[in-house]
Amino acid sequence: MLLALVATALVAVALLSEELLPRIEEMWQRHRARRQLAPVMPYDPGRERRAEARARSLLRSCVNEEEWAMYRDLGFIRVWGNQSDGPVDADSTGGAAYAYLIYPHRAIVAYLAQTHRLLNEYCVAFPDETRPYGSARLPDSDDVLAKWMALTGDEKRLISTANMHLPGRQLDPAKVKRDLWRLSQWERARMRDAAQRSPTSTPLDTSN
Amino acid sequence: MKPGHGEVLIAEGDVELAEDEQRLVEEFRRQLDEGLWAAVPMLDAAGRRQAHMVKTFEDVPRDADRVIFFPRAAGGR
Repeated sequence: MLLALVATALVAVALLSEELLPRIEEMWQRHRARRQLAPVMPYDPGRERRAEARARSLLRSCVNEEEWAMYRDLGFIRVWGNQSDGPVDADSTGGAAYAYLIYPHRAIVAYLAQTHRLLNEYCVAFPDETRPYGSARLPDSDDVLAKWMALTGDEKRLISTANMHLPGRQLDPAKVKRDLWRLSQWERARMRDAAQRSPTSTPLDTSN
Repeated sequence: MKPGHGEVLIAEGDVELAEDEQRLVEEFRRQLDEGLWAAVPMLDAAGRRQAHMVKTFEDVPRDADRVIFFPRAAGGR
């Protein structure tokens, strides 16, 4: 009797093994995969700070001393426009001097230098197309430098590439006006300091 | 310039040495093929700093001390 039961059990196991073995093997593989540690990049909290420090250093080495001081003190850079008729797509400036304010990761703002009338906002980005799944953005100072290089190197191309909007889409016009006021105060202070530092200099002739 | 990293040195060499120049040319082309823009910071006639955009290695002034590659501009939001 016992022998018959054992024999029956062996036959049953042999018959089921074809079905069970692959499943058992699959379960074992899953179990091993779950236990295997996936290689993860440890988060480096200093990476972005170091990247920004390098970017600031690079920016400083490329732009004019005045522009660097402006960025350091005010958080933006002014770049003078070179087109005789004003920025592309903007209303003609009639030859009036105009300039751009470059903010990190914000739109570039064009304005008339004398009246501080805001002309347009130019939204531009520098996406990394070399990576298939997008990427982190440039450090702030690199973004400013990229805009500075593109504007001073080929203003027309950058402005025609950018998406143009009326002032106020991304940056509050009141804030921009205030930044322009801060810029004028800052420039006056620099001129005063420069005059004080060179005792031989004569006061500016304001009769013209 | 590399997003998330900042400045990264790609290659350096002396353009007066043929071997170095060849390496710099190849690297220059590779960067442009990847869609980057290249600029050389330099002084203009008035002595102010500005960038000079370059599209070929021949456009790079021989006395330039560096070429900066940065992602191509695109319309933003």
